[in-house]
Amino acid sequence: MLKLELYKIFRRPRTYISFGIITAFAMVIQLALLADGKNFISFALMGVTEQFEIQGKILNGYLVTYIILQSLLVQIPLLVALVAGDVLAGEAGMGTLRLLLTKPVSRTKVVLVKFTASVCYALLLITWLAVIALVMSVIVFGTGDMVNLKSDTVVIILKDDIMWRYMAAFGFAALAMTTVASLSLLLSAFADNAIGPIMGTMGIIVVLMIFSTLDLPVFSVIRQYLFTTHMIGWKGFFDDPVPYRAIANSAVVLAVYTILFVGATVVWFNKKDIQS
Amino acid sequence: MAREIIIEAKNLTKSFARFKAVDDLSFAVHTGDVYGFLGQNGAGKSTTMRMLLGLIYPDSGQVQIKGTRFNNNSRHLLKHVGAIIERPDLYRYLSGWDNLKMFAGISGVEVTTGRLHEVLDIVGLRGREQDKVKAYSQGMKQRLGIAIALVHNPDMLILDEPTNGLDPQGIYEMRLLIQRLSKDLGKTILISSHLLHEVEQIATSMIIIHRGKKIIEGDVKSLLSPDETLMEVVYVQDEQLPSRFTGSKWVDYLVSANADKATFKMNPAGMPDLNKWLVEQGVQVMEIKSSHSLETYFLSLTNSPYAEAGTI
Repeated sequence: MLKLELYKIFRRPRTYISFGIITAFAMVIQLALLADGKNFISFALMGVTEQFEIQGKILNGYLVTYIILQSLLVQIPLLVALVAGDVLAGEAGMGTLRLLLTKPVSRTKVVLVKFTASVCYALLLITWLAVIALVMSVIVFGTGDMVNLKSDTVVIILKDDIMWRYMAAFGFAALAMTTVASLSLLLSAFADNAIGPIMGTMGIIVVLMIFSTLDLPVFSVIRQYLFTTHMIGWKGFFDDPVPYRAIANSAVVLAVYTILFVGATVVWFNKKDIQS
Repeated sequence: MAREIIIEAKNLTKSFARFKAVDDLSFAVHTGDVYGFLGQNGAGKSTTMRMLLGLIYPDSGQVQIKGTRFNNNSRHLLKHVGAIIERPDLYRYLSGWDNLKMFAGISGVEVTTGRLHEVLDIVGLRGREQDKVKAYSQGMKQRLGIAIALVHNPDMLILDEPTNGLDPQGIYEMRLLIQRLSKDLGKTILISSHLLHEVEQIATSMIIIHRGKKIIEGDVKSLLSPDETLMEVVYVQDEQLPSRFTGSKWVDYLVSANADKATFKMNPAGMPDLNKWLVEQGVQVMEIKSSHSLETYFLSLTNSPYAEAGTI
């Protein structure tokens, strides 16, 4: 059944829009940095170079990849929601859910298969991002030590110590996108057309991200419990030392949210009257 | 020997908010039946069919498939049933073949490629299976829907308004197909339609529901017995004639009468006598029409005060 679900997803032209958007976005950033990267780096290192002398190829493929990943923080969840928000609601809207559920398949299985298919899609999207952002950037800009500019520190990661961090970061991002997919799936179970769940997912993520990032005392209590706070846990792999405990904590929070969202979807979908 | 019951509704009741869509409805479909499910729009037909298939959960009552209670834990029973509810909405961006293969894959039964070709032959879509569904006509979509319902060779088909949206040629072809499914392939069929004369030509048994309640159930032949035929007599204007019926033996059969038309509920064999009596009364008869149809019968039941009370 998973094979059939994946076949449905990957036979839809709209599925490939996401891959196109990622490609276009990454290439635009790469081209912009290729054309005007030196000025960008000079501007970014303005405060640092007053105190330190930094030599070497700063604008390398690793740094460009990091810039691309930072830029796609909000866009990638939207692209995941495009498919995950559609898997139940889209079928309800098309009327195919009705036909699907007249077959001897349990509703729980339908939800789990659709969730798994959405996760497969998210993983492919992340893999594609890795190829386009990392591989292409390394080919175009070459390699070198990576300068990670943070608000209060500068982390320099040696060239030979970077690749595993990217692999781990992409793995963590895949987990974060799994959580996004599970949220979209839950909203999808409540709706009979895909627009609502897609917009709903984005709305929730944007609002919670504001809560997560705004440094206001009123949000500080809830911030640690929001999954959006933990979605950016991948950045920890570019710290020195790597905050493994914090990353593991974020991974657990994301996993718990995923289980809750999928569980709620199963419970609701099993009770739902199919009237579409 | 008693025929096996394939699907049975027992005291099904379903409400949406304060509206009771189906009210204590019970009926049984036996092996070999072509069972007509009739009712006006909003009578509760689709809700009932959805409950039979587990798409909608009843508030009370139960569905049994082949004698076993059907619920979320016994969805495997659906392998005995193939269904189209309302209209066959399919994956428009996939070919007919892909749609068929996909639903065959989750039908609970091993389906061979040969079987896929076989059902395409049955519904007359062979040769068009590689076309995208978005290029199909409504009739082709309906036939593909039936192929999907048939692909796992179920004992029973549930067809909700299968002629909806079809042109006259499509309706004719659909009727032939359903008759073939019943007679040649031995399928038990539960069919609802608003085209009552279509059901009349196909069904062996039927149920009529109104406002969620059963009004009447039985085999079509006995329900449409000639004794129950409505006969309409049209004549040249005669203001006095209605009163003259009162003193005659025909008043027992009279349903309604006015100056130019009278309706009788009677055996058609008595019509020559009635005609003779009318001529003797000096009435100039212009036309005698038999309303011996399911449509008339259906309307007479659903519009009668008995139907309103749900007591027929």
